Amino acid sequence: MIPEIGLFVLFLALIIAAIQAVVPMVGAVRQDVYLMALGNRLAVIQFFLVTISFTSLIYAFVISDFSLLIVYNNSHSLKPLLYKISGVWGNHEGSMLLWVLILSMFGAALAIWGKNISPTLKARVLSVQSMIGVAFLAFILFTSNPFLRLNPVPSDGRGLNPVLQDPGLAFHPPLLYLGYVGFSMAFSFAVAALIEGKIDDKWGRWVRPWALAAWVFLTAGIALGSWWAYYELGWGGWWFWDPVENASFIPWLLGTALLHSSVVVEKREGFKNWTVLLAILTFSMSLLGTFLVRSGILTSVHTFATDPERGLFILLILFVTIGGALGLFAIRAPIIKNNFKFAPVSRESALLYNNLFLTIGCAIVLLGTLYPLFLEFASNGESKVSIGPPYFNITFLPIMIPLVAAIAVGPMLSWKRGVIGELYVKLLFAAGSCLITIFIVLILVPEGPILAACSMGLAAWIAAGCLIEWASRIRLFNSKSITNTGRLIKSSKSANGMTLAHLGIAILIVGITGASAWQKEITTSMAIGETIKVNNYSLTLKKVQIGKGPNYNLERGTFSLIKSNNSSIIMHPERRYFPVARQATTEAAIKTTLLADFYLVIGESRDTIDNKNEWTVRFYINPMMFWLWLGVATMVLGGLLSLSDRRRGISIPVRKKA
Amino acid sequence: MKRKHKRLLLVLVSLGLLGLGTAILLSAIEDNLVFFYTPSEIENKSIKNDQVFRIGGVVVNGTIKHSNSFSSFSLTDFRKTISVTFKGVLPDLFREGQGVIAEGSLKADGTFTATQVLAKHDETYMPKEVADKLKSSGLWKEKFSKNEYFN
Repeated sequence: MIPEIGLFVLFLALIIAAIQAVVPMVGAVRQDVYLMALGNRLAVIQFFLVTISFTSLIYAFVISDFSLLIVYNNSHSLKPLLYKISGVWGNHEGSMLLWVLILSMFGAALAIWGKNISPTLKARVLSVQSMIGVAFLAFILFTSNPFLRLNPVPSDGRGLNPVLQDPGLAFHPPLLYLGYVGFSMAFSFAVAALIEGKIDDKWGRWVRPWALAAWVFLTAGIALGSWWAYYELGWGGWWFWDPVENASFIPWLLGTALLHSSVVVEKREGFKNWTVLLAILTFSMSLLGTFLVRSGILTSVHTFATDPERGLFILLILFVTIGGALGLFAIRAPIIKNNFKFAPVSRESALLYNNLFLTIGCAIVLLGTLYPLFLEFASNGESKVSIGPPYFNITFLPIMIPLVAAIAVGPMLSWKRGVIGELYVKLLFAAGSCLITIFIVLILVPEGPILAACSMGLAAWIAAGCLIEWASRIRLFNSKSITNTGRLIKSSKSANGMTLAHLGIAILIVGITGASAWQKEITTSMAIGETIKVNNYSLTLKKVQIGKGPNYNLERGTFSLIKSNNSSIIMHPERRYFPVARQATTEAAIKTTLLADFYLVIGESRDTIDNKNEWTVRFYINPMMFWLWLGVATMVLGGLLSLSDRRRGISIPVRKKA
Repeated sequence: MKRKHKRLLLVLVSLGLLGLGTAILLSAIEDNLVFFYTPSEIENKSIKNDQVFRIGGVVVNGTIKHSNSFSSFSLTDFRKTISVTFKGVLPDLFREGQGVIAEGSLKADGTFTATQVLAKHDETYMPKEVADKLKSSGLWKEKFSKNEYFN
């Protein structure tokens, strides 16, 4: 009964969404206050209905109702509760329902909290948001119904792919979707503004918190996925330039550009057309990401189903949305006038520079991701190719270096006309930190590579630049009337958030450099009691035990890792076997320290000729991994801090006179 | 120079840079393309001994062997079979009868040395490349997609 309710309310949601797509828009055209206000209510009702539908699906998973095909395929009665729930979005139908839930949630959030946004714009935004909702609700109902019944009812389910049974992955898709779908708000604001034909600083002010929230979620979602790949896949790496990773990274790059260009709209009423275009493109890339992952066109662990009908449907949504928005842009953009000028050296130029490099970087990743598909398509499926990490390393990284190097300078420049002469002392200080860092790294790690030392220097340059700019902004060294803490409290949270996020990039670079330049890997086979040596460390296999988990059997190794100074740690890598799925997973043992991660994987065992039992063992030393995760966490925190600035809230459009 | 000319120059320079950038990108792609073949396709293609490519097929039952830290196994597309050696830990999803992809190069004796073995998969336990090739050569069996091949 409950699944039928879920399906029924989903149909109701489609009808409500269809009404919401039309009525507020008509209200805005006719200046009918009542019709426009109706949009708010419809948005809340739509969210309510989709929530009921989603909850009923969760319920079916929790009680293990195997009369539902989706539960039978993706769940099992012996599975822990967390994975029963995360099984809801661990498959195609459920994850699309989550997609729509988040879409309607953003619409309802605008309806409830966006009180000070001009009513006509708000009505139009809700309409556009609901048009996307109609497309995806129809997609679910006509091609991916999650509430399909099975007859006869099977006694137990097939289980969720064991690789996906992990707390990190339970939260990765919801966060990622909050990011992907969050950019739908920026898109709806852009399309609504084009229809209205008016973009001003207020528009920039209104759209920014939504874009920022989406960016925070997307950053956290990508990081969580990367962290999962790091500890669960047992390959010792954290980023593989896999097409599915790229599918989330492409909108991230454009979304980051959007965050920066919308500042210019807000402060200077400049880059208006460009920002609208970026908003459209960012969400288009989110849709493309959904298409690439969901259509089954890519080979990956993320591909749950290969159904051409679904792929075609999403492709259609993609064409209509992107084509429609870009067509509208082509018609309406000329009426939006940019009437502002800025000098070649200014904050505006720095943000333009940022956008230029982020867009180029995005184009590079996009090309590398889609090229294999083009080639396969052009050769009629004869040529199957993949593009390896070297392509991305030699094309993408060189574009990122000038981009991140500019982080130290950009925030120091003043609007309209910056004077580079005023920055000499500050930049000299940053350059000094950079050189000293390179020198220290070369002394500590004399074997190089020199490029790694330079990269650490780059991180120091950025960090120093950020801190100097922050110190001079809050006048840290000029304490006369009020105390420093008082100034810190009074200083703008959004600007401090920027500094924090930029510092996060510096920390991230430290992590990336260490983990990629100084990684040590050894793969060997070990018998009990055997010892191997890596650098100053010796690793000994003490014993291997056999045990049982909630829904798996396990082999658990006990290793001791001894450093030359005799401090020793015990590590327990596991190999799990899931009888239901007849599949094994590795659980790497990871010991994190400030300077390096020790990462140990135990593989399958075998008998040697002299009847000894041996295990394949892979041991990595990944330097600076802690800093990599800390860097991303700092970026997310910076975004949150900026978001918490009340002067920048969703509903406060009034600009304070400085 | 008039404003019109300035703008024209700017457009031309931008187009030039865009063209140059695209050319560099495309050549970077050409250098890093990794082709995918099945065992029977290898014979028809002239593959140099050091060329890196991917090979895909189904792991033949009873051919997985381990010695020291090396593993070896045979991959088949049900026409031709090729033996593969690999140093390292085989991925979680690796098993007999499973479709896998190996990346590496051919040795002079006709065996394949893998630097990477991928058993990424969807719920059907069959990489898409392998499934497509089997389907186009008519050797696809429905039981692959139902995960019954192993029963």
